[in-house]
Amino acid sequence: MNPILKTVLQRLGLGLVTLFLVSIVIFSAVTMLPGDFATAILGQSATPETVAAFQRQIGLDRPPVLRYLFWIGGVLQGNFGESFSSAGGLGGGHARTVVSLIAPRLKNTLFLASFAALVAVPLSLILGMLAALYRNSIFDRLVNLVTLTSISVPEFFIAYILMLFLAVRLPLFYSLASVSPETPFLERVARCALPALTLVLVIVAHMMRMTRAAIINLLASPYIETARLKGVSPGRIIFRHALPNAWAPIATVIALNLAYLIVGVVVVEVVFVYPGIGQLMVDSVSARDIPVVQACALVFAVTYIGFNLAADIVSIVTNPRLLRPR
Amino acid sequence: MSLSAEELETLGREGAPLPLAETSSATPALTSRRGVLQTVWRALKTAPLTAWFGLIVILAYAFVAIFAPLIAPFGESAVVGNQYEPWGGKFIFGTDQLGRDMLSRLIYGARNTIGIAVLTTGLSFTIGGVLGLFAAIVGGWTDQLLSRAIDMLMAIPQLIFALMLLSIFGSSVPNLIVIIAVLDSTRVFRLTRAVAMNVVVLDFVEAARLQGEKLGWIMSREVLPNILPPLVAEFGLRFCFVFLTISALSFLGLGIQPPTADWGSMVRENATLIAYGDVTPLLPAGCIALLTIAVNFVVDWFLHKTSGLRDEH
Repeated sequence: MNPILKTVLQRLGLGLVTLFLVSIVIFSAVTMLPGDFATAILGQSATPETVAAFQRQIGLDRPPVLRYLFWIGGVLQGNFGESFSSAGGLGGGHARTVVSLIAPRLKNTLFLASFAALVAVPLSLILGMLAALYRNSIFDRLVNLVTLTSISVPEFFIAYILMLFLAVRLPLFYSLASVSPETPFLERVARCALPALTLVLVIVAHMMRMTRAAIINLLASPYIETARLKGVSPGRIIFRHALPNAWAPIATVIALNLAYLIVGVVVVEVVFVYPGIGQLMVDSVSARDIPVVQACALVFAVTYIGFNLAADIVSIVTNPRLLRPR
Repeated sequence: MSLSAEELETLGREGAPLPLAETSSATPALTSRRGVLQTVWRALKTAPLTAWFGLIVILAYAFVAIFAPLIAPFGESAVVGNQYEPWGGKFIFGTDQLGRDMLSRLIYGARNTIGIAVLTTGLSFTIGGVLGLFAAIVGGWTDQLLSRAIDMLMAIPQLIFALMLLSIFGSSVPNLIVIIAVLDSTRVFRLTRAVAMNVVVLDFVEAARLQGEKLGWIMSREVLPNILPPLVAEFGLRFCFVFLTISALSFLGLGIQPPTADWGSMVRENATLIAYGDVTPLLPAGCIALLTIAVNFVVDWFLHKTSGLRDEH
């Protein structure tokens, strides 16, 4: 069997095992619920009968292994259960499924994240390479200072500064990103401009610092020095000698930052009141709507693991040396 | 912000293995107290402007946090005026959404926000450091088991994991501290284990083992002093990260709860003012930003010094 294919398959298998274990961790979160949880959800006035009914409804009367199998079986078929906030136990209203809550918001979040990524990835790769090529120049020092500053400040600080100056004082953009499924594409882009810009600023800082470090590491290797000494032109050194070996670190950088994007989106969505999955998760945490929280956590974790796995696979495919780990 | 911050460090670190022989001579165990002070002063004299700026800012924050009740003109949650009074006059930065003095709340916020973050980072280092040293020294199955368990915890994004745990245990300050500390200790564990691994294989540790020293002694007296510099730098970085995480959670309304003055929740409480072009909500956010930038500057310089990286920055 092709050794590359074999390693990739191994890595995919490992990813599946991680996913399985993570799903267990997320699931067992419910088992750790404090005993008075039903009372906390239903309110102090709940009778013992309603509490018991509620516990039966979320399955607390069954053994954990059975509950896990039931839950994961449902998840694999796209059924995450029903939301607590509208569950039958609470006043008899019809229950909303978690999927119907998450699906439209997931689409919004993916739109925002890909919008930000499309701008951020090329920009930061170019900036990172320039900073690495002209390292210790004024440009490099300036970029280093600016990026160190912007990765150290909270996202909501950047978000509110942008909102204050680019939407309120100078009304160039929409200050709130309210979109509905009917919003046409161009208007959607315009409304998402500020949240996307915030994410771009944060991601670019991270990504370009990592790109710079990776490229500098590479340019310091002996074979690049040899190429330089034998008189190869700088452009040829970059494209013919450095870049083939740089794909792996660059792919890692991109994947890590896209994974980060998924998390950073939570705060930014709340600032701009964007109807995405991050805001849904925050709301559900305040309402202690555990099924929705679990589903959101699972979605985030799967994306995160997926990106890390992709980075691994790209580095294996582009760097045959990794096939024989020492 | 989180995840890539430490990936960034790891990237930087991989390129530069720590020269142990060089740094171990500067450990407190080997030099006298006066020598340490002198070394510190000599280092400070050559420190770049950014490091000086960082140090001064950190000292100022510490001063404000410690003497908060003496500096603040009004009480932490005393309602002293109307809602959203403008800047100037009796209230330098105006009042907040309940008519409390903004400046006083900013000052008390330093105490609460920084205090909780320091406590959390300390707890995180105790858990992560002890487990990391333990895993590195004992090795074998224990190490494998611990490392794999930690890998799994790290497979879930930290903020998401924290949100999930908070939804289960409810958000109170003790819960917040324990949850963030446990989640953050995974990173400390990884670093401690990685740097301790290099020391554990050295002859003097072997000698201590043969001599029959107890595990606690080997951990604290043989290995710990030799891995201190990277851990100190990491403490600064972890502090920033914990501080930002707690602020983000408070901003989302799930961290430190009112009426405690806290910078993250203060941004949230006064955010409506932004729509009127008022900069007041940016003050607490700016306080957070300034401190993290200052700590990052100092850590940057410290890493530069202890790792002997001359041309890498």
